[in-house]
Amino acid sequence: MRFIFKTDYAQDIKLAKHPGHVFWYGALLLLLLAAPWLFAEYWLAQLTFVLIYAVAGLGLMLLAGFTGLFSLGHAAFLGVGAYTQAVLTNAGLPFPVALACAAGLSAAVGVVVGLPALRVKGIYLGMATLAFGFIVEEIFARWESVTGGNAGIHIKAPDMFGFKLASGEAFYFLCLLITVVATLGILNLLRSPTGRAFVAIRDSEISAQSMGIHLARYKTLSFALSAALAGIAGALYAHKLQFISPDQFSILQSIDLLLMIVIGGVGSVHGAFLGAVFLISMPQAIALTKDYLPAAIGQAPGLQAAVYGMVLIAFVLFEPLGLYGRWLKIRTYLQLFPFYRKGMFKRQKSFQKSDRLK
Amino acid sequence: MMQTANFQAQSAQSARAPGQAQVLLSAKNLSVRFGGVLAVNNVSFDVKQGEVFTLIGPNGAGKTTVFNLISRIYTPSTGEIEYRREKLTAQPPHKIASLGIARTFQNIELFEHASVLHNLLIGRHMHRQTGLLHDLFFTAKTRDAELRAREKAEQVIDFLDLQHHRDAMVAGLPYGVRKVVELARALCTEPKLLLLDEPSSGLNVEETDDMAFWIQDIQHELGITVLMVEHDMSLVSKVSDRVLAMNQGEVLAMGTPREVQTDAGVIEAYLGSVDEVSSLRRAA
Repeated sequence: MRFIFKTDYAQDIKLAKHPGHVFWYGALLLLLLAAPWLFAEYWLAQLTFVLIYAVAGLGLMLLAGFTGLFSLGHAAFLGVGAYTQAVLTNAGLPFPVALACAAGLSAAVGVVVGLPALRVKGIYLGMATLAFGFIVEEIFARWESVTGGNAGIHIKAPDMFGFKLASGEAFYFLCLLITVVATLGILNLLRSPTGRAFVAIRDSEISAQSMGIHLARYKTLSFALSAALAGIAGALYAHKLQFISPDQFSILQSIDLLLMIVIGGVGSVHGAFLGAVFLISMPQAIALTKDYLPAAIGQAPGLQAAVYGMVLIAFVLFEPLGLYGRWLKIRTYLQLFPFYRKGMFKRQKSFQKSDRLK
Repeated sequence: MMQTANFQAQSAQSARAPGQAQVLLSAKNLSVRFGGVLAVNNVSFDVKQGEVFTLIGPNGAGKTTVFNLISRIYTPSTGEIEYRREKLTAQPPHKIASLGIARTFQNIELFEHASVLHNLLIGRHMHRQTGLLHDLFFTAKTRDAELRAREKAEQVIDFLDLQHHRDAMVAGLPYGVRKVVELARALCTEPKLLLLDEPSSGLNVEETDDMAFWIQDIQHELGITVLMVEHDMSLVSKVSDRVLAMNQGEVLAMGTPREVQTDAGVIEAYLGSVDEVSSLRRAA
């Protein structure tokens, strides 16, 4: 059991609230830094994908989890970032410059897509972003002179002002660095007025407005930041796969991203990471268990989609706060052992609109 | 409660008549029409600096609509609202807070999935000094601003005795506490004019008494002008300097609580006219 004695306001705005945080997150960082020497090449590649998806997930989490604006077309931002990166890298621009352009262009597109968000909410915004996703996918397929159309486009290895980051290890460290910076940025936002304004808009627009929050500005900002993060993830994704085509940025990818943050836990930064781990490890787990299942199930097409669907339904029904919510319960159980009560996380049912998040 | 003691000491001064005080907010011939419904019809009133001004009236009288006009959620069809001699109707809704007007809502509009402290800090939003870049890197400037915001929030927590609930999630708090948290959040904006929409609705007798003390403290200690909508007449007569009675969008009477309560038009609006009552009697 840990007791935190608060003696200073600065304690509440620190990122690491107690020595346990420092220890565990330090250990995690050390593990990630040592990963290239610990894991085989295949698993390192999977870990790289986890990091890339986590960056995209952070973006979507900021938008959906913290500002309450759901986007069903997030793959489009991923695609804008990926194609920008591909075209600029192939034109010979160094990686950081291309990455900045990819993030900037995605953010600009995000601002445009965010415009309907100023007027519509919930399912209507979902439909607007969905339509946007289709349009962008179509543009990728039709604008052949730039994107290479349905045949796709190859992308050269990232170029760090002369140094080619061709090896998997070097690219992994690049992804790790970007992920850490993105995470710190989001955490900083969330403990400062800007992030609080997002949360205020999510929970009650009318009172956010009466507290002096400029709704249009902050919603647009949230869309822009979210799209920029998706764009950065898209750029890394393009480099990792070395080949991109329009069908990688279809509605299925958008749904995967949404699935990721819902299963990870909407409204928590941890959720983006847990969701990314889930999204990348699930196909592996299915592939591993496939052989032990009866052929009628194991070899059936669409097994993965069915499993995803069932897992999503199970989470929505039994654990709306996702993997992170489950972890919170386990942690509380261990902290309070043996005093944990079953109903501790039950929210009081009241006539208030307290469940807008879910 | 320390505030009560202070209040006792200062109550002598509370007699300072707001009569000569200058006008803070003035509504002039305010009307608003939703389709065929005239929700507010030609309403005029002045709220003077330092007073507690109460709107009363039966349901649907247009009291909350007047509030929503002041906080710019609605725009008046005709008429004008002046705040410190400037046109309020020229301002966008999110600017109202920085002009010094804060409000609470009839059906509590708190940020449910955040702690009480977090809610109060959002109340400090209009006093923020940092933009996106400072926040993104959490620079020393942001850190200092955060510490100052926290200090202000703590002062309000002390003022309203919310220490016990500081880190609690709003979603799990009982109704009475939420009401106080909403009041606290409004105070965090450091308003000059506080709009309270039915501060005692849903509160028990004890909590209503507390609310009355706090409203008086807010008026006397913090020097904030209060404009409120309220149904509980005992609370109204305890704290109000002046009362405006409305019915069906129109002004019925204005004056001290006693004057308004004895006004024939007001009694008729609440209870029906003498004729109606006698006709009912005959029917029975």
